[in-house]
Amino acid sequence: MANTNIKKEKLHPMENLLRMDRIPHIWCPGCGIGNAVSAFAEALDKLELNLDQLCVVSGIGCTGRVAGYIKVDSFHTTHGRAIPYATGIKLGNPKMKVVVISGDGDLVSIGGNHFVHAARRNIDLTVICVNNFIYAMTGGQVAPTTPTPAYTTTSPFGNFETPSNVPQLAEASGAVYVARWTALHMRRLTYSIIDAMQKPGFSVVEVISPCAMYYSRINRLGDGLDMMKFYYDNSVIKHGEPTDNLEIDYQKEIIVGKFVDRERPTFSDALQNWLKGKGG
Amino acid sequence: MKNSNISVQSGTHTLTGCQACAEGALSAGCSFLGYYPIHPSFDIVERYAERFSDVDGVLIQMEDEVSALAAVLGASWTGKRAMTVTTGTGFAQMAEHIGLGIMLETPCVIVDVQRDGPSEGIPCNPGASDIMQARWGSHGDYEIIALSPNSPQDMYDLTIKAFSLSEKYRTPVVIVTDTDICNKKEKINIPDSKDIKVSTRKYYKGKKENYLPFQYDTKDLIPPMVDVMDGYRFHVTGLTHDERGYPVMNDECQELNVHRIVQKIRLFVDDIIDIEEEKTDDAEVVIVSYGTTSNDALNAVKQVRKEGIKAGNLRLKTVWPFPEKKILELAKKIDNFIVPEINYGQIYLEVERCARGEAKTHFLHHDSKKVGTAEDIIKLLKKVTK
Amino acid sequence: MKANPNDVFTGIYYIDGDVAAAYGALAAGCKFLGGYPITPSTEAAEAFARKAPYVGAQFIQMEDELGSIASVLGASWAGKKSMTITSGPGYSLMMENIGLGAAMEIPFIIINIQRGGPSTGVPTSTGQADIMQSRWGSNGDYEVIALAPDSPQESFEFTIKAFNLAERYRVPVMLMADECVGHMTEKVVIPEASEIEVEPRRFYKGKKEDYIPYKRDKDLVSPLVRAGEGYKLYITGLTHDEKGYPILNNKSLPDITKATVKNKKSTNQFLVDKIRKNKDDIIELQEQDLEDAEVVIVSYGITSRVAYRAYEQAKKQGIKVGMLRLVTVWPFPDEKITELAKSVKGFVVPEINYGQIVFEVDRCSHGQANTILVPHGGASVHKPEDILGAIKQIATDDKKYDNVIEYTTSLEKLIFKGSLTEIINK
Repeated sequence: MANTNIKKEKLHPMENLLRMDRIPHIWCPGCGIGNAVSAFAEALDKLELNLDQLCVVSGIGCTGRVAGYIKVDSFHTTHGRAIPYATGIKLGNPKMKVVVISGDGDLVSIGGNHFVHAARRNIDLTVICVNNFIYAMTGGQVAPTTPTPAYTTTSPFGNFETPSNVPQLAEASGAVYVARWTALHMRRLTYSIIDAMQKPGFSVVEVISPCAMYYSRINRLGDGLDMMKFYYDNSVIKHGEPTDNLEIDYQKEIIVGKFVDRERPTFSDALQNWLKGKGG
Repeated sequence: MKNSNISVQSGTHTLTGCQACAEGALSAGCSFLGYYPIHPSFDIVERYAERFSDVDGVLIQMEDEVSALAAVLGASWTGKRAMTVTTGTGFAQMAEHIGLGIMLETPCVIVDVQRDGPSEGIPCNPGASDIMQARWGSHGDYEIIALSPNSPQDMYDLTIKAFSLSEKYRTPVVIVTDTDICNKKEKINIPDSKDIKVSTRKYYKGKKENYLPFQYDTKDLIPPMVDVMDGYRFHVTGLTHDERGYPVMNDECQELNVHRIVQKIRLFVDDIIDIEEEKTDDAEVVIVSYGTTSNDALNAVKQVRKEGIKAGNLRLKTVWPFPEKKILELAKKIDNFIVPEINYGQIYLEVERCARGEAKTHFLHHDSKKVGTAEDIIKLLKKVTK
Repeated sequence: MKANPNDVFTGIYYIDGDVAAAYGALAAGCKFLGGYPITPSTEAAEAFARKAPYVGAQFIQMEDELGSIASVLGASWAGKKSMTITSGPGYSLMMENIGLGAAMEIPFIIINIQRGGPSTGVPTSTGQADIMQSRWGSNGDYEVIALAPDSPQESFEFTIKAFNLAERYRVPVMLMADECVGHMTEKVVIPEASEIEVEPRRFYKGKKEDYIPYKRDKDLVSPLVRAGEGYKLYITGLTHDEKGYPILNNKSLPDITKATVKNKKSTNQFLVDKIRKNKDDIIELQEQDLEDAEVVIVSYGITSRVAYRAYEQAKKQGIKVGMLRLVTVWPFPDEKITELAKSVKGFVVPEINYGQIVFEVDRCSHGQANTILVPHGGASVHKPEDILGAIKQIATDDKKYDNVIEYTTSLEKLIFKGSLTEIINK
């Protein structure tokens, strides 16, 4: 077996941020979730946040497993309901910094209703949505974000439905910070996550990620790395672009950047002001 | 207990059942109410809304019942005592999260103000048809604690008891009540705060680096809990998990995890079960009743005793876990059980099972329009004792 | 009525239970599937999606299970035989609408490929712990029919049976399969359409103006109509009378609905009666060696296959053992159990859960026979040795027990070094 005389070196720069006793993780080679987690870990490192005050909540799916690998108080909850669970934690202990990391199916399909309302209320949460256009954990079914006319196991003749536009949904619901990057835009993604976490209110960072096992394979788009490069090469940075232009379409470029950065009182601010106003 | 400033309004008050429930929650230190408005539970929220700023509490109307219970579970992990209120259809929506609460062993209280009938039913009539749903509503194996008050005072007392049991056993507790009790207005007595005893969840006291979220105590099978932000960096998941809280997908872990969660209630039922017996010592026929029906049953017993019929009443304050031993003990002495329910036979099935053939069991459909009258119960009592 | 040849993919296949169930649904004439992906049921939805355009069926993947079941109810009112496919957590999300479907008396099927639970549990492995939930999961009183297949061939056949029962009784019918059956690949023979009996929907045949939605035939079931044919339906989940109009609290409110029907009683009694009174036509059991049995194994689903091995071994050892397999788990065969209890020493109930159907067996035995549960958490099936051990325990024990006995399985001994009951008493 391996040479047991090798000096024990530090395994990973982010060793104190990851649950090393659970590495190797379950994600496939070429999956973009790894990039998202690295960017998140990098952001935490740069933020110099007290990690005891950080809480990560995720739903069900491949991205939903992220909570299990980050060494902070973390919760792996039910499908689509990470946001209301996170709302409970945030309102229960307002000093916590709560981050929801979940996939596109979890956040805008089954969790769509909760996504809309938490954005409307402007609950102080950061949502990192890893969008791989498919339900990967369950075997490659169509998702609301699947572009036309991609093939999936439940759209075996090609998807004809209009895909969701996550940044548009977030903006229309009231989110105060919305950004999108591809999995290879590592540095820009890191800085967006930092901005999102520092901004009070509901912030959404979408990460366009390949799915090496299902989406790429079923649609014959190469392997994970090929897709990652494809997304990066076909992306164009347009900060401030109107969100109704941001739909994903293979005939068009993927527009990335920071689209929304505005000010609104958070749910807690609004509540405090209201109580004061009522002579509480 | 981590939250302070409990506002206990000691003294005698005239309150409805709903208001009494809210006061009970406040007395128990509840500082989080996440809900979705649905008749007839909404009055509980209204009372809580008037008072929650007194206790530095949080009140949030969520977008549906699913998210209401999710928010409650999240808040419970911050150390707060958290509660949600709903009715039958909302309770059905909460089924998945009850399972999550069981698996994560999260203390919380759910109040189900039952209506009559399936689906939307008759919104203003009392019902008792969610009793089996309280036990079996979610998927997978679990045990549940369910309490059934029969008056506004009982609503107050059992709400406090519900919080206490949920904290002690680290489990969601359900209060099954109905529109009649919730709208009834009666005098209730709120004791001094020093006389109110509420258990607190068992907190972990060892070294941070040795902390394992689901390392259970062998004397009670309950693992000590922590709150978020206390630096334990724990991970909990709804997947089957080992002591570290990490998912392990095999039958050994399923046995370790799920069997323990089931037995932590099953092996301690004697501590949880709460029943009231009225004139069962010399009874020949015993009525097994709960909730609003128990009031009519007690009236029936009083009336038929005047006519020489030796009837008694066994009132279930805890509907789940079910008092199996008590039913068998009574069955060996008497000839008949009568089980009146505002449904088409739910707890009746458990009575029949636990009687083990030693006594006959008769079901009576107590019509929701006839709640408040004992005539049907009396008729059946007379019939079986002829 | 025979199946439509266009819907039946006749042939000999080597497929898993999920796919077989999808083929069974198509053969039964199912024309609508509203689903949501959840392990381990996804293969069924995918198979349906692949075949749907060829048979004129509609597949739609909804945004969640709540949407799925709601779409199924709607499609059924539009006249199509509809179903959804899910597993534990999704099944829990569907509970409110199952109650709605039961109250409205809509025929529909839910296929629950059970997995280890509770909560997220063990998604890729087996369980049978939703069986009580299928009966009592929703609020209010209603009755359902539940079937438990033990092989891919049965998944095919029972799905057709389920559709027929749903149409006949206008109830929700649950096909309670499990991951083991769902992911097991075996030979499945799909016969010619002429050999498949399919129950047509009982449509109303009278005059439009005389139509009363919940006026019942002799078997307590009312004929259906389709939305969009001019019947001006008003269908509600509120408790309603024969005309379908909601019954308000008539303790205090005046009668504001000028009903032309004399009977203003609620229809809720019929929701339970139409199954309870027709039980004998619905219940289906498989019996083996019950006549002189001293111990009877009561099992359902995949566990019956494991139990059969234990039954054979027990017979070799001279124990007078019989097998009762529940093909329909709900409605439960009360009378059969009560009758058997008179002559047997006890019942052995192996289930992949910590006690669900065993309580029904215990209830119906009225204390005349002992009942022993052979539990199993899930993520695998029983070991035949455990079921055999329980059979021996019942056969050799003459004591009458006061409650259900729980057999300490080899797994419990392995994990807890004994039973949990012993641990807390140490």
